[in-house]
Amino acid sequence: MISKPYIKLKNVSKVFGQNPDTVIDLVQNNIDKTELQNDYNHIIGLQNINIDIPKNKIQVFMGLSGSGKSTLIRHLNQLIRPTSGEIVVNNVNVTELNKKDLINFRRENFAMVFQKFALLPHRTVLSNTYFGLQIRGVKSPELENTAKYWIDKVGLDGFENYHPNQLSGGMQQRVGIARALANDAPILLMDEPFSALDPLIRIEMQDMLITLQKELKKTIIFITHDLDEALKLGDNIAILRDGKIIQSGTGQDIILNPYDSYISNFTAQVNRGKVIECEKVMKKLSKDAFSKVTIAKETKLEEAVRVMISNNINEVDVLNSKKKYIGTVYLNDVMASIINPIAEP
Amino acid sequence: MSILTEFPSIDTETLRSLKKSIDAGFKNFSRNYGDNIESFFEPVRFLLIESEQFLINTPWPIIMAIIAIIAWAGSKNIKIVISVVMILLLIGYFDMWENTMKTISITFVAALLAIVFGIPIGILMAKSNFFQRVMNPVLDVMQTMPSFVYLIPVVMLLGIGKIPGLIAVVIYSIPPMIRLTNLGIRLVNQAVIEAADSYGASNTQKLIYIQIPLALPTIMAGINQTIMLALSMVVIASMIGVTGLGQPVLTAIQNQYFTLGIFNGFAIVGIAIVFDRVSQAYGKRIQESHGTINDK
Repeated sequence: MISKPYIKLKNVSKVFGQNPDTVIDLVQNNIDKTELQNDYNHIIGLQNINIDIPKNKIQVFMGLSGSGKSTLIRHLNQLIRPTSGEIVVNNVNVTELNKKDLINFRRENFAMVFQKFALLPHRTVLSNTYFGLQIRGVKSPELENTAKYWIDKVGLDGFENYHPNQLSGGMQQRVGIARALANDAPILLMDEPFSALDPLIRIEMQDMLITLQKELKKTIIFITHDLDEALKLGDNIAILRDGKIIQSGTGQDIILNPYDSYISNFTAQVNRGKVIECEKVMKKLSKDAFSKVTIAKETKLEEAVRVMISNNINEVDVLNSKKKYIGTVYLNDVMASIINPIAEP
Repeated sequence: MSILTEFPSIDTETLRSLKKSIDAGFKNFSRNYGDNIESFFEPVRFLLIESEQFLINTPWPIIMAIIAIIAWAGSKNIKIVISVVMILLLIGYFDMWENTMKTISITFVAALLAIVFGIPIGILMAKSNFFQRVMNPVLDVMQTMPSFVYLIPVVMLLGIGKIPGLIAVVIYSIPPMIRLTNLGIRLVNQAVIEAADSYGASNTQKLIYIQIPLALPTIMAGINQTIMLALSMVVIASMIGVTGLGQPVLTAIQNQYFTLGIFNGFAIVGIAIVFDRVSQAYGKRIQESHGTINDK
C-alpha cells in the first residue's frame, strides 16, 4: 500500500567547493565523483537524488561514512541548502522559503535527534527537553508539563534536574529523543542517533523507538550505517553510495534482490531469518482445510522455524490477515532461505 | 651618499606645520565640543561620585561586611572570604582605607562601563567576520599604545579630573572584555548551534539561550582581566587627577618616599587579589555547573 508522498526530493544535488554553480551541469549529467574531484576540484555531496517518502513511516537512509546520508537529512530541514533540485515537504517547497519562513517551518514541522546528542550542557534534562517548545514561544507551566510527560515516556523519570554531563550516553540520547518528541513535530529527523551507543543500549533504544512509533505514527527519517539497524527499524530503506541512491525498497526487497555486489556484500552479513517473511518462501497449494498449527504471512522465517520445531512438524500453513489459507512453508525451504548465499566475488 | 646614513625624512618645517595643524584642529574641536562631550559624560560622573561617596561615607564595618558577603556569594569559599577580610583589615590598619575606597570605586565604575560596552561589541565581532577584521587592529592599538599617550587627548578634551581618568582607564581595560566575549561565543560547540537551528531558533534566541550562557566562563575571564587592567591603569591615571591609591604612589615616585610607595603598592596588590580570587572563583563555579563546556 503506497500512501501519497509526504516528502519528495526531485533531482536534488549538492556540490561542495569554491563555485558549485559552475559544475552543477556536470553533476546533473552524472559525472563521476572522483573525476569531479580531480579535474574540477569540487566535491559531490548529493547527486540527482529522487525519492518519495510516505507519511507516518520510518524511512531509513543507509550508507557508509562519506556516502552523503548526513548531508541528505540536513537538506530536508535546510540546514544545508541544495545546489540544485527541489525538496517538497508537506506540499511546501522548502528550497524556496526565505529565512524567516524557514525558521517558522522548522518550528512547526521538524524535530531532530543527533548522533552526538547535541544537548545544551548548561541546561538540566527538564529544560533541555522543553528547548524546542521554548523556541516556539510556549509558556510555563505547559512548558514543564509537556517536558515532564516526555521525560517519563523515555524512561528518565526522576532525572529532571540532572545536567547532561551527569548522564550516560544512552540516557543523554533519551533526553535527545524526549526533546524531539516534546516538540510534537510531524517529522522526526534522526541522524545516526544510536551509533554512539554501545550495542546493548543501542538495541534497547531501537526497541523503545519501535514502541513509541506504534503509538505516535510520525514520519521518521532515520540515518544509519548499520544494515541490521536499518532492517529492524525501516519500513523503507534507501542505500546511498557516493551521494547517490543505489537501491530503495523494503528490507526484504533489498535482501532478496540486492541491486549490485556492493549491496550484496552488505546483505551477506545479515540475519535473513529476521527479515524475510514466510510469504516469500511459501508454496501455494490448493487446500481447503489447513493444519492445526498455522502462522500469519508476515511471520519472519526465524519465528516459523521456531514454531515448526517446537511442534515437531516439517511444514506449516500460512494464513493471510483474513485468516484464509494462502500457502504452506516447508522447513527445508525455510532453512535454505535463512542460510546466506555465498557472496559473489 | 647621505641618503644611506640619514633616513630621508620629510623636512622639519613640513613636519612642524603638520603637527601644528593636527594639534590646532584637535584644540579647536575640543574648544567647540568639549562642553557637549562633558555633559554627555554627566551620568558617568554622577555614578562615579555616588559610588565614591557611598564607599567613603558608609561606616567601614558595613562596607567590609558588604564586600565579605559579595565575596561569599561569588566564591562560596570561606577561605577566600577570610583572606578578603584580612586584606581589608590590614589596609585599614595602615590608614589607607579612604584611598582604597576611592580606587575601588573608580575600578568598579570602569569595569562596569567596560562590561556594558565590551560585551555587545564582542558579540557583534563574533557575529560578523567583517566587524572582527575592523576591530582587531583597533584593539591592538588600544592594548599596545603606551597608556600615557591617550591621557593627552582625553585631558585636552575634558581637562584634568575624574572623568578623563575614567575614560582612559576604560579604554585601557576594555580590550580583553571584547576579545574574550568574541572568543567565547565563537568557541561554542557548532553541534549545539546546529541543534538550535534545527528547532528553528532565531539569531536572538540562539544568542540568549545558547551562545551567551555557554560563553559565560570565557566572558568571566574577560571581566577578570578587565578588572586587573583597570586597577593597574588607576595608578597611571592618578597623573591626571584620579584620586585614590595612585596618588600617594605618584607622590612617592616624585619624592622618593620608599615606604609610602611600597605600602600603597601593596594595597593595590591586595585589592587586585580580592577582585581576582572572587571573580575567578565565580567563573569556576559557572564552569562547573555547565559540566564539560565544549564537549565534542
